[in-house]
Amino acid sequence: MYNYSEFDAAFVAERNRQFRAQVERRISGALTEDEFKPLRLMNGLYLQLHAYMLRVAIPYGTLDSAKMRQLAYIAERWDKGYGHFTTRQNIQYNWPKLSDVPDMLDALGEVGMHAIQTSGNTIRNVTADHFAGAAADEIADPRPVAELIRQWSTDHPEFQFLPRKFKIAVTGSPNDRAVIKAHDIGLQIVERDGRQGYRVIVGGGLGRTPMIGKVLSDFVSQNDLLPYLEAVVSVWNQIGRRDNKYKSRIKITVHEHGIDDIRARVEDRFAIIRPTFSGIDLELFQEIKAAFAAPAFRESSVALYETAYATDPIFRSWCDTNLAEHRAPGYAIVQISLKAHGATPGDATVEQMRVMADLAEFYGHDELRISHEQNVILPHVHKSDLPAIHGILKKHGLATANIGLISDIIACPGMDYCALATARSIPIAQQIATRFDELKLEHEIGDLKIKISGCINACGHHHVGHIGILGLDRAGVENYQITLGGDHTQDAALGQRTGPGFSADDIVPAIERIVDTYLEYRDSADESFLQTYRRVGMPPFKSALYEKAEAYAAQ
Amino acid sequence: MPREFTPKVVTANALIEGDVVYLTSDDRWTRHLSEAELITDEAHAQLRLLMAEGQPNDVVGVYLAEAVAGPDGPEPTHFREAFRRKGPSNYPHGKQAELTDV
Repeated sequence: MYNYSEFDAAFVAERNRQFRAQVERRISGALTEDEFKPLRLMNGLYLQLHAYMLRVAIPYGTLDSAKMRQLAYIAERWDKGYGHFTTRQNIQYNWPKLSDVPDMLDALGEVGMHAIQTSGNTIRNVTADHFAGAAADEIADPRPVAELIRQWSTDHPEFQFLPRKFKIAVTGSPNDRAVIKAHDIGLQIVERDGRQGYRVIVGGGLGRTPMIGKVLSDFVSQNDLLPYLEAVVSVWNQIGRRDNKYKSRIKITVHEHGIDDIRARVEDRFAIIRPTFSGIDLELFQEIKAAFAAPAFRESSVALYETAYATDPIFRSWCDTNLAEHRAPGYAIVQISLKAHGATPGDATVEQMRVMADLAEFYGHDELRISHEQNVILPHVHKSDLPAIHGILKKHGLATANIGLISDIIACPGMDYCALATARSIPIAQQIATRFDELKLEHEIGDLKIKISGCINACGHHHVGHIGILGLDRAGVENYQITLGGDHTQDAALGQRTGPGFSADDIVPAIERIVDTYLEYRDSADESFLQTYRRVGMPPFKSALYEKAEAYAAQ
Repeated sequence: MPREFTPKVVTANALIEGDVVYLTSDDRWTRHLSEAELITDEAHAQLRLLMAEGQPNDVVGVYLAEAVAGPDGPEPTHFREAFRRKGPSNYPHGKQAELTDV
């Protein structure tokens, strides 16, 4: 993986030195909160409901064991012994003291990490497919270009005061696991005439005005990519609305101007910018690519794995659910669930972080990934090591076999932590997971993604959940709206609202009625929830939710 | 007709720790909502708010929060303030871990 150059290290150290002085001036009273707030946000520090929150970037979700151990150390030394992995492949610490944050940032700098541009109206952490470099269906590893974009966008002088935040995601595979159609810019690596380039999707986003991104260009060559991206952000920087923060994201600019108008403006701007790129970005890209060269995969027997698979039903169930296909023979991608039934989605304790770091170091070519689905990935594992890995995961509450199932829920922090939230998300996720675990139904139900947001900003991606749940404040009471039929993949779709929302007490039974309806209507166990929904539509679910509610209540 | 003034407390977060704090009638910041000054007069509320906003070295994010009188002092009326008083619901962290009287 990419390691910081002297330039990167010096840049981060200088930013940390500046922020340390800014914190000192805030504490001494030399800076007011109004003066300090934009400075702390530039360094990922929020003030939440009960405490500050530090959001640390995990570029394209990639970590090695040293970085993961340092994240654990920070959680132990300055926080409450855990970290929260987010839907943008970041980690959040929920309890730092203001006066400790400069030390935390220095500790991050020691392992080549930072919290720069994880907040504020800048280009945020660049996310990528969490199977990058390992997936069997991949055209190319998306991380080198993600790293190139990280370097280009970090402290980019033109893009430090954008109309609003700007999020970029990259996939190297036609099967989209990076939700690229719900980002300001989504990049998909494609091939044309034997050359590699990028399909550029623009104007996707969730939040209060959800939009599926539109194709701005079907093919941008590697040579043109950075000037093209710069042209897109530059056009939006000029015409994006600054009068109303709810209309400032590029999705609204694209919607108001139309994709053809935006394309024409981007092409005009590109023509001006292109000559200013001398080609140094391409040399840099070659160096970055070399840093992401695949590890030396070994060839050895998988007999151990096959024996364990045949004889141990718990291991078999975990393999069937939590492994994904690797591009190298004899290898698998291991998905470690951070969704033990009843646990907080995306949280890992210090001990769990250290165990995962050890596993990566001993069995996984020292690589770890964070998924936007709030799980951890060991991307390169030889199958013969799987029984040992599973045994260790079991001892640390990390062997839950539920990836992609109903209890593998995305949930934002919600009103348990977030100052913007209108309702809680975490307890709803905990209750749904616990309930379906009690029913022992989740493997029977199969592929079903529930995504929960505690406010309209949609950090929990509820619009693209097969079942989406949005927590709102209705007259001083928590109320949960349901959407059905959302899809976060290459076939991205926004869910449709079922109707009136449900109280905190009624939401779990409502989800149960939706699932019962699916099981009743599916034509076979092979038809997934989403397929059934697309075939039968909203009516049977609506009927189960609202007309049969009283009948259920009477049971 | 202006809306009738409903009782409030002055609340904020402590500058260093970020803890939720409340203004007392004797001008201290307390971690206990029950010790907060319950303000029933609108003009007095504005004065207390101004006074709190004048303490940027101690607190951040000052505002007036709805509250009602309870047997042991002010109590929250909205669930958001109930969570701020106590801490998150998924772990016994925050004030619920540090204080017995919340």
